[in-house]
Amino acid sequence: MADSPAVVPRLALRGITKRYPGVLANDHVDLDVLPGEIHAVLGENGAGKSTLMKIIYGIVEPDAGAIRWEGEPVQIASPARARKLGIGMVFQHFSLFETLTVADNIRLALEPGQARQLRQRIRDISSRYGLALTPARRVHTMSVGERQRVEIVRCLLQKPRLLIMDEPTSVLTPQATLRLFETLRMLAGGGVSILYISHKLDEIRALCTRATVLRAGRVTGECDPRRETTASLARMMIGGELPHTVHREAPAGAPALRVHRLDVPADDPFGTRLAGISFEVREGEILGIAGVSGNGQKELLAALSGERTLARGDAVTLCGAPVASLDPLARRRLGLAFIPEDRLGRGAVPEMSLADNALLTARGDGNVAHGFIRARSVVAFAKRTIAAFGVKASGPDAVARTLSGGNLQKFIVGREIGQCPKVLIAAQPTWGVDVGAAAQIRQALIDLRERGVAVLVVSEELDELIEICDRLAVIAQGRLSPAKAVRETSAEEIGLLMAGATPRETHAPVVITG
Amino acid sequence: MDTFTQIVVLSLAAGTPLVFAALGELVVEKAGVLNLGVEGLMLVGAVASFIVAAKTGAPWLGVFVGALAAALLSLIFGVIVLTLRANQVATGLALSLFGIGLSAFVGRPYMSVVIEGIKPFAVPVLSDVPVAGKLLFAHNPLVYLSIALFVAVHVFLHRTRSGLVLRAVGESPQSARAIGYPVIAIRYAAVMFGGACAGLGGAFLAVAYTPSWVEGMTAGRGWIALALVVFATWKPWRVMIGAYLFGSVTLAQFQAQAAGAAVPSELLAMLPYLATVIVLAIISRDATAIRLNAPASLGKAYHPE
Amino acid sequence: MKLRLEARPAPSRLAVWAAPLIAALATLAVGFVVFSAFGKNPFAAFDAFFIAPIATRYGVAELFLKASPLMLIATGLAIGYRANVWNIGAEGQLTLGALAGGGVALAFGEREWPAAALLPAMFVAGALAGMLWAAIPAWLRTRFNANEILTSLMLVYVATLLLSWLVHGPWRDPEGYNFPQSKLFAANAMLPILWPETRLNAGLLLALAIVALAWLFVRRHIVGFEMRVAGLSPGAAHYAGISWRRNVWLGMLAGGACAGLAGVSEAAGPIGQLLPSMSPGYGFAAIIVAFVGRLHPAAIVLASLLMSLLYLGGESAQVNLALPSAVTGLFEGTLLFFLLAADVLVNYRPRIARAAKRA
Repeated sequence: MADSPAVVPRLALRGITKRYPGVLANDHVDLDVLPGEIHAVLGENGAGKSTLMKIIYGIVEPDAGAIRWEGEPVQIASPARARKLGIGMVFQHFSLFETLTVADNIRLALEPGQARQLRQRIRDISSRYGLALTPARRVHTMSVGERQRVEIVRCLLQKPRLLIMDEPTSVLTPQATLRLFETLRMLAGGGVSILYISHKLDEIRALCTRATVLRAGRVTGECDPRRETTASLARMMIGGELPHTVHREAPAGAPALRVHRLDVPADDPFGTRLAGISFEVREGEILGIAGVSGNGQKELLAALSGERTLARGDAVTLCGAPVASLDPLARRRLGLAFIPEDRLGRGAVPEMSLADNALLTARGDGNVAHGFIRARSVVAFAKRTIAAFGVKASGPDAVARTLSGGNLQKFIVGREIGQCPKVLIAAQPTWGVDVGAAAQIRQALIDLRERGVAVLVVSEELDELIEICDRLAVIAQGRLSPAKAVRETSAEEIGLLMAGATPRETHAPVVITG
Repeated sequence: MDTFTQIVVLSLAAGTPLVFAALGELVVEKAGVLNLGVEGLMLVGAVASFIVAAKTGAPWLGVFVGALAAALLSLIFGVIVLTLRANQVATGLALSLFGIGLSAFVGRPYMSVVIEGIKPFAVPVLSDVPVAGKLLFAHNPLVYLSIALFVAVHVFLHRTRSGLVLRAVGESPQSARAIGYPVIAIRYAAVMFGGACAGLGGAFLAVAYTPSWVEGMTAGRGWIALALVVFATWKPWRVMIGAYLFGSVTLAQFQAQAAGAAVPSELLAMLPYLATVIVLAIISRDATAIRLNAPASLGKAYHPE
Repeated sequence: MKLRLEARPAPSRLAVWAAPLIAALATLAVGFVVFSAFGKNPFAAFDAFFIAPIATRYGVAELFLKASPLMLIATGLAIGYRANVWNIGAEGQLTLGALAGGGVALAFGEREWPAAALLPAMFVAGALAGMLWAAIPAWLRTRFNANEILTSLMLVYVATLLLSWLVHGPWRDPEGYNFPQSKLFAANAMLPILWPETRLNAGLLLALAIVALAWLFVRRHIVGFEMRVAGLSPGAAHYAGISWRRNVWLGMLAGGACAGLAGVSEAAGPIGQLLPSMSPGYGFAAIIVAFVGRLHPAAIVLASLLMSLLYLGGESAQVNLALPSAVTGLFEGTLLFFLLAADVLVNYRPRIARAAKRA
């Protein structure tokens, strides 16, 4: 709590409540943020953090509750009003306009009268806080880390007194994360309050001085994260212990998936070219590919799943058979399964039932005969998947979009595993999924490995990869580092590899911390 | 007037309905909305302007009412697509079918009515300049209006803050909303502007180009205007070039007939439509150019929250 | 207090079936207003428009006669629409089908071929011609990424001009007093009549057969399923390895074939020859039938009957109420508008929003 009772909180929320159809996103939330404080809002996916921030920034109106700004009651009816009060927000999914320049993007967020001498002011702020930017560049040519800088500079130009950062490090390398922390400490030192939304416990303990914990829309705790352990924070966040995954040592077998000198040109102007990628995944092992998004993961996954076919058939081989020129269905018949990173709109059709979604990829097992669908077989498959993975749904008829993120992901994982593949590829398997389901999914991957399946996991969550993988490689700028056993490497080394091939990142000015 | 001047002047006039309709649709699409109802809007503009001109003897009043009528009709499209969140393609088609039906229904009694239309206007002094005079200064007033519209649209989109905001809305309505812009209101305004322009295009046909009302007199120009916007990769100056090129193709059939060519008139009349198909194929082929220039949210449903 | 739209967690099945009904009723209400505005007694007009045309045996036969090309074309179009393949050129494909079938009829009708051989030949020619006309936009889309709405539509104008040229020129009946029309088809080139003393012919049976086949394909066949996936979620279709090119070809060709068959039905049925206009806009009306019928074969049959009634009503209104027959087109467009508007209820619930309580 505040050291001196006379300090007026910069922002005070009392009893904020917001309901959406089927879910209570915020339930009588109270929150105090003091001037110059870096205040974490901690909670797992779905706890209500984003909704709360949208309320503070005026995008969404609360159903009930009061907001006080520097002691005075206020109504924040729109983002413009929030900005006038002095609140700035850096979104998790950037709100930038790709084909416009940096300067135009920033201009749009300012009031018409404030845009004078914009380019010079952008340059001033960039150099003061160590956020290198070129005002005339178009956003679509910039990396993810650079785009975040645009978002931050856009906020800083309006001299905010409260800055909200929504999951900012999900797109950064470990080194870039440290630089961001330095910037934030500089701002806090100058009196700016910072609301830092995250589910990454180690970062919060390193950066923040106060934390409010949300679970299922309610505040379940308040603390000084510097005095807590990861375990105690986790307990407040999920109401229990962080689940552990169980590993057993098992020798790996013959290579089941081999990629040899894969060269793939980017097929759209915003993509990444793959150059000379080679690796193999053996039976009974989990290989992880780490990397910041936008470094070629999408292109690599497309080449592996069959969504992109290549002329050189042996660039990718599955249990010895060349598959690089085959489409996804043909590869599945040879024993490949694939969990894509987007659930709705890729892994599953949102408007279709779970049974129909099962048929999306599960064409074997007697589900299809002579081109005709055998409905009973499909429904049985869906039922088995739902039962085996504990998917909370009303049944195989449940429409996919009514399921929570975690449950739908479990269904998709179960559908792919249920086809008894020889090779399983998983992209961001636990993104946006609650902690319980995430643990279940990770365990399922490990169990699969023990049954002798070759598993490839492509993910941005380094912690997850370190936890479940046997070997790890890093993809950066379309190139792949050699895979090393997890025991023989460290987060720092991997972080360097993630940033290593991006010269712009390493040449950014280093800011001396106070 | 010598032949070359005549061809140029007639091509400009023939392309003018396309200029109006395509410029209007360009603004609509820049805001991220695909309105396939241009054909119906043009016909409604045509019939409304004709009826008013016939009843009041004031063709300019007719032009104004034609634009207004089409703008109001496009408001229905706006409500269904922007507020009720219906599929833009289906609603646009519905608008065209409705406009075609409505104009045929309302215009039936006026099928053989004759009016005094808006004639080409020779600017005093300037039009007497040798060579350039008749080429540049003896057009129909609505042709001049269409060129003024081009300048206005270009300046608006690329030199004003409001134009920047509209382009941002077409690029990413979610981001625009996150910053606080009223995406839906901006799109309504764009849709109605596009409707008014299409109405002007139809009014030009009925009250100036061939002063008369015939059912379906736009003969597909609304659809061609849609293709023109793609052909122009959403740049106003390219719309102008395309529109006048199409104008000259339309003329080709008359020129060929006048020159006594042995080709049947129906086959010549196919030229503008076949040209549209070919042009669309050529321009759509360059997927990169389309990707970089097409408003990213074009045609996609937008759901706030 | 204001009206807000709240997203439903799951689509409302009730609204899916109620929306077309709501749209039909709303269109009727508009009809009342239009009739009153033109000084006609709305109830007398309603009777003249909707009841009188089907009050006789002949009228019912006409209802089914007009419904048959509508349901046939709409069924074909729906296969494509399910996969987001927008064939808008059915009117042109119908014209080409009529041309091809008519060409076969004119060429071989005089030669005493038995109808059992000639009619199938005409229909095959018509279907192929319709497919050819639809193949052009399909090819342009898969090869050049050209929007199929605009290309298929442009070809409608080309098809109409082609037909016009033929009946004014090379195929004109030499004994036809210089009217733009072809010779009348010989008896062995005409569809047999199903119901004596009416014009209802065997084309209806063909249409129903196609509807049944389409139902089987869409509900039970894996390709039908895949096309539905592609329409709902192109990303998921790509993930599942469903070829979008194949979907475009199938979608366009299905519509083209059905429209071509419908064209032959008209030529070998109520028209009996080739004229500059072979259809009162069936190709476009079928688009509306497809939507009102929710792309579902059984509902399409019902929707085609409704649309057919609108056509008959328009003709009746012209005779009995002195209203232009274009009133049909007006009602068609209105019906589709209301359907699209009512569709909002499938995914959204209207709510009166109160201002947030402030503590």
